Amino acid sequence: MLGLKRYLVTRGLTMFGVLLVTLLLTVALVGSNMDTILKQGIIFQVRSEITDNPSIAKSFTNPEDFEAFVQQKIDERIIALGLDTPWYSPQRIGYTMFKIMILDFGNATFLTSDTGSPNVGDILLEKLPKTVLLFTTATIIISIIGILLGAASSSKIGSKTDRLTSTFAVISSSFPVWWIGMLMIFAFAFVYQIFPARATPDIEPSDPGYILSLLYHMALPLITIVLIGFGSWAYLVRNFMVGVMQEDFITAKRTIGINKKKIIYKHALKNAAPPIVTILALSLSGSLGGAIITEAVFDWPGMGRLYFEAISVMDLPVIIGSTYVLTVLFLISIFIADLLYGYFDPRVRTGL
Amino acid sequence: MSSVSSADIKREFSKSVLGITGILIIISLITVSIIAAITIPASTFQEWNNPEKWLEYPKTSVPIWVNYFTAEKIPEHKIIEPQIFQSNSNNVYLTSQQFLINFEFDDFPSDFVYEYEAKYSNAHLISVNLLRPDGLEVNLLTMSLPFSENETIYKQRIFSTDEMIKKNLLMSSNLFMFDISQKSVTDILFSDTNENKILKGNYAFVVNMYGIDNQSKITDSKIVLGGKAYGFMGTDELRRDLAVGLLWGTPLALFIGVSVAIGSVVVGLIYGVYSGYKGKKTDETMMRFNDIIYALPALPFLIILAVTISNSIFLMIGFLMIFSWVGVAKVSRSMSLQIKTRQYVEAAKIMGQKDSKIIFRHIIPQLLPYAFASIAISVPAAITTEAGLSFLGLGDPSFPTWGQILHDANTYGATAQGFWWWIIPPGLLIAITGLAFVFIGNALDSIVNPKLKR
Repeated sequence: MLGLKRYLVTRGLTMFGVLLVTLLLTVALVGSNMDTILKQGIIFQVRSEITDNPSIAKSFTNPEDFEAFVQQKIDERIIALGLDTPWYSPQRIGYTMFKIMILDFGNATFLTSDTGSPNVGDILLEKLPKTVLLFTTATIIISIIGILLGAASSSKIGSKTDRLTSTFAVISSSFPVWWIGMLMIFAFAFVYQIFPARATPDIEPSDPGYILSLLYHMALPLITIVLIGFGSWAYLVRNFMVGVMQEDFITAKRTIGINKKKIIYKHALKNAAPPIVTILALSLSGSLGGAIITEAVFDWPGMGRLYFEAISVMDLPVIIGSTYVLTVLFLISIFIADLLYGYFDPRVRTGL
Repeated sequence: MSSVSSADIKREFSKSVLGITGILIIISLITVSIIAAITIPASTFQEWNNPEKWLEYPKTSVPIWVNYFTAEKIPEHKIIEPQIFQSNSNNVYLTSQQFLINFEFDDFPSDFVYEYEAKYSNAHLISVNLLRPDGLEVNLLTMSLPFSENETIYKQRIFSTDEMIKKNLLMSSNLFMFDISQKSVTDILFSDTNENKILKGNYAFVVNMYGIDNQSKITDSKIVLGGKAYGFMGTDELRRDLAVGLLWGTPLALFIGVSVAIGSVVVGLIYGVYSGYKGKKTDETMMRFNDIIYALPALPFLIILAVTISNSIFLMIGFLMIFSWVGVAKVSRSMSLQIKTRQYVEAAKIMGQKDSKIIFRHIIPQLLPYAFASIAISVPAAITTEAGLSFLGLGDPSFPTWGQILHDANTYGATAQGFWWWIIPPGLLIAITGLAFVFIGNALDSIVNPKLKR
């Protein structure tokens, strides 16, 4: 087990490195914009405080003195927040990164959560479960259909089912999910008005019917993601199964006359499981990235749409926060995939 | 990893139906690109986002071929060029322009605009008449051009909603058996005289310009007859001819897909081979770096890069490359690990050949079939990713891609309003282009990796 431990430690360190690199890159890319926005915020804040309190303005007789006073106030705040040193100074980057790492993202510039809180953490916490709900459900359905269909087509290679599955896999994988999404909305929300066009439920989250409404609104995106996803899954499972079916122990089982169905669903599937499980974890992480466009199309109130909205209004704290959370989720699922892979594949375990 | 000769590949490939299909699709896409480059002036697509350029086009019109499938023929939007005749009698010069329309549709045209540019001096008179299939000639407008002593250029647009036209029509209301006072000009002009129903047949707008000077001429003129069907692909909410956008999208998509694929495969190949060939510490470090890039979430990063740095199409190609060379590097590394143990590589090493020479002479040529397969396989991902970014509104505005057409469609609610011709063709083109490369890639892959062949 020493090999596995070493393997996991290296992977874990790499993941942590990736997290730091991602953070650094994000901060570097948005840093200068962030500073400009923060400074403007301070100027606005100081000026509004002074206009709210007319006695301050009255105590000055000379407008130049007054301006100098305002400027001094602004400078004080800028220094207090450490904005006088440029964003790329080591201590500021270090401080920013530290704050992000402990999940303190500050307040959003424009966006708010459904309850009205501008805290980025609150907003993310509200959106995250919805993304997880949609994409985990989709991945589970996809993998169930995929495994069953893949096993079925691997049992009859070259049959109609097999050829249909392979063709469907190739074709469906080259269609962009979001475009199919547009077509689905067009067909099932407008031509045949079965599902709602916008996936955001129109009732308040506190309403008892909210969960049902959410599930109803989830149907169309879910169907679309499953429709586009299950083909390539089935194809993948089929290919793994074909590999396993050629192994000697299966041939042996076949010669002693064990039922073919039993061989496929019990023995072969069990042996094809490791790569399948690994890819399951990877595809879950992959779908999170794709969530940005899919959620934008369906207007699903999750992380992806939040990201899209944050980018359209350049809400930097939200952009940084959601990039971080997406990266963490992505890395966790890669790490789980690695873990499973290391666990199942003895070559990794022994350090070969 | 058995080495396959190029003759083998050719022979095997010609047997693969899907591979050939892929090649055929790509050949036709390239043909389309060449046609686009020749027939559509490059200035047209540069003005894609300039609304003025598209003023005389109709808003969200269906493609004209829809009329082949429907019983009710939707009126086509027509931009009609004149036939010009000149004559003179008694020193009065007449320039006559005739705009011929064969109107065979089941609905009235929505409106018309007569647009002209005249070069003249002194006084001139213009009369606009419509000659109908039933022989009736209706005078729409007679007016004099502003007097000018010197030669001037005068531009004017006359709209069917012009008060004068309606007034003139009302004067001849006895020609029509129904009450025309509440009807729009086009509803009257294109109607049967007995009842308010379409009168099909050949119409002619005749515009005569009278003057006493033979120097005067009409330099430019046209009649735009408003309809609800236009072009081979229809138009969008901003009146743009979608055929232009879709045609120009083809070379752009191919350019983006192919350059990202080639770039990332070349980088990945050299990186992986070098790492595998060098081994030890170099390999370890290079593969760790590879792992880091592999674990970066690509889409969020691409979005941030597009927003903060630039969304120029050339930079986007570079950004896409950053995230797509990693897989190739991993595979090439493991392949080069195998090849470097072969005797001829060892021999070359003992003979003292330089590393770079061994890598480029002995190892990389062995990986070429794999490289070509990976190029073909990575094209669709590049195209769909770019389309996705454009769909989010992060595309390069000076190059209209299919993704941007879909972005506009989504922004203007094309799905809700049922503008299917705005949504289906761009996506279908993205999918077909991707599919062609997948077909070729899969065909190549099964030749290069005989393990997959069953």
